[in-house]
Amino acid sequence: MANYSTNEFKSGLKVMLDGDPCSIVENEYVKPGKGQAFNRVKLKNLRTGRVWDRTFKSGENLEGADVVEKEMEYLYNDGEFWHFMMVDGSFEQFAADEKALGDTTKWLKEQEVYTVTLFNGAPLSVTAPNFVELEVVETDPGLKGDTAQGGTKPATVTTGAVISVPLFVVIGEVLKIDTRTGEYVSRVKAS
Amino acid sequence: MSEVTWQPTCTIKMLRQRAELLACVRSFFLARDVLEVETPLLCAATATDPYLSSVQVVVDGVRSELSAGKPAAMSGDLFYLQTSPEFAMKRLLAAGSGPIYQICKAFRNAERGRRHNPEFSMLEWYRPDFDEVMLMDEVEALLKLFLRFDRAERISYREVFATHLQIDPFTLDDPLLRELVQQTTGIRDGGFERDTHLELLFSHVIEPRLGLSAPCFVYDYPASQAALAEKRMVDDVEVGRRFELYIGGAEIANGYHELTNAEEQRARFLDDISQRRCEGLPVVPVDERLVAAIAAGLPVCSGVALGLDRLLMQVARANVIDEVISFPVEKA
Repeated sequence: MANYSTNEFKSGLKVMLDGDPCSIVENEYVKPGKGQAFNRVKLKNLRTGRVWDRTFKSGENLEGADVVEKEMEYLYNDGEFWHFMMVDGSFEQFAADEKALGDTTKWLKEQEVYTVTLFNGAPLSVTAPNFVELEVVETDPGLKGDTAQGGTKPATVTTGAVISVPLFVVIGEVLKIDTRTGEYVSRVKAS
Repeated sequence: MSEVTWQPTCTIKMLRQRAELLACVRSFFLARDVLEVETPLLCAATATDPYLSSVQVVVDGVRSELSAGKPAAMSGDLFYLQTSPEFAMKRLLAAGSGPIYQICKAFRNAERGRRHNPEFSMLEWYRPDFDEVMLMDEVEALLKLFLRFDRAERISYREVFATHLQIDPFTLDDPLLRELVQQTTGIRDGGFERDTHLELLFSHVIEPRLGLSAPCFVYDYPASQAALAEKRMVDDVEVGRRFELYIGGAEIANGYHELTNAEEQRARFLDDISQRRCEGLPVVPVDERLVAAIAAGLPVCSGVALGLDRLLMQVARANVIDEVISFPVEKA
C-alpha cells in the first residue's frame, strides 16, 4: 500500500496505526506562529471500533491500509464461521469469524445484505443495514384494549435478540428494528 | 473535463465586513498619528526562525545588492516572499520614521489548515518608546472597535501553565515533561526539544481554553522562545519580553519589546541558522541590512503582528479561514 503524508489526511482515509487498520475521522493542522507544525488526528480503529486521538509531526507518513467495504448476502453459519456471498454477480464467498461479527449476530438474517469490511482480503467487521425486519418468537400476550399508547414489554426475535416493544405486539408478528440503536420502529404488515 | 469552480468561498457580505474592518483599523491609527507604510514583500533575506518556511521566487533581470560579488547562477536573483514585514519596518524605524503600521499580505510556506492559508493578511505596527505593556493596552483598544468585552485578561506564561496543567514550565524536568506530552497528545517520541514539548501542551490543552469570554494576553515567554524580543529576569527565571493574544481559543497576535542590540540580533540569527542546518531545513541568509540598521540605532520600541483573517474569523464567528477570504490557496 502507498504511504500517506499528514497533508493528504482526510476523513475516511484508511491507514495502519500500531498494527491495526484505522479510518481517519478528523484531521486538524496545528501550528503556533513560531513553532513546529503538527496534525491532531482522530482515528477510528476498525478492528476494535475505538476512537484514538493522536498527534503527528506535519509531514510524517502512515502506511495505507488495504481496507474495502463490500455488500454481501448472509448465507449460513457452520458452527464456527458465518458465510457471506458477494452480490456483484461474482458469487465469491467469505467466511467471517465471531470477532468480525461482534454484536451484528443480533441482526443476522439469511438473504439479507450486509456491509462486510475486508482487511487484506479477509472479513474484519460486518455491519448490519440500518433497518432489519425480524419475527417475534416470544413475548407476553398482548392485553385487550392496549393499542397505540402505553408501556412496553420485552420481546425475543428469531435471532435471539431481546428488544423493547409496545404492549400490543404478539408472537408471529414481523417488526422493523433500527440496528444502530436496537430499538423497535414499527410492525410490518404481513404480505 | 470536471466542472470548474470559480466562485469565492466567502460571501459578498463578508467582503463588506472585511472592508469595514480595514477602514476602522486605518482610522484608529490615523487618530493616533501612526503612519501607514508599505514595504516590499519580495526581499533578498527573510525570517530565520527554524519553523517559519519562506516561499522562494526567482525574479528575472535583477540582482540584489546582497548578492554582490557572488557569481550569477541565474538570469535573475532569488527572493523570498516575506513571512512578516518586520525586517523592512525596523529599517524604517532606524531611519527615523516614528510610529508606523502596515497592512499587507504575508506568506508562510506549507501552512494550510482550518486557521491557516499560506497567503494571509497581516496588520503589523511599531511604537517607539512603548514597552510591551503599553502595546498590549493599545492592542486592547483596537480590539474594542470590533469585539464586546470589558477588559482583556492578562496572564503570564508561567501562570497559564500552572492554571491549566498544574506544572511550572520553567522548572519541570525533561523526562516528566516528555511523559506528560505523550499522555496528552499520543505523539510518538520524536526527540523534540523542550520548547516543542511546551508548545504541544500549549496548543493541545491551554490554547483552546484561552480568550473564550474576553481576549487573553499571555506574556513573559521562556527566554528560549524570545525570538526578536528583549530578555529580562522575572523572579528567578529569564523571560522574553514577548506576548501573544488569544481570542476564542485561537492565536491572533504576537508582540515584542524589540531587541535593539545588533550583535545579540546577529547571534540569534546565527543560532537559528545552525539549528536549521542540524535539522536539514533550508539555510537562509542573515539579513545584514537589518543588523546594520539596528546597529545604526533602532529606537527602543515595541511591535506587534496581528492576523487580520483570524481577527475577522472571530468578529464574524467563522469556523474556517475559507469563510473570510475570497479565494483560499486551492482556488487561487
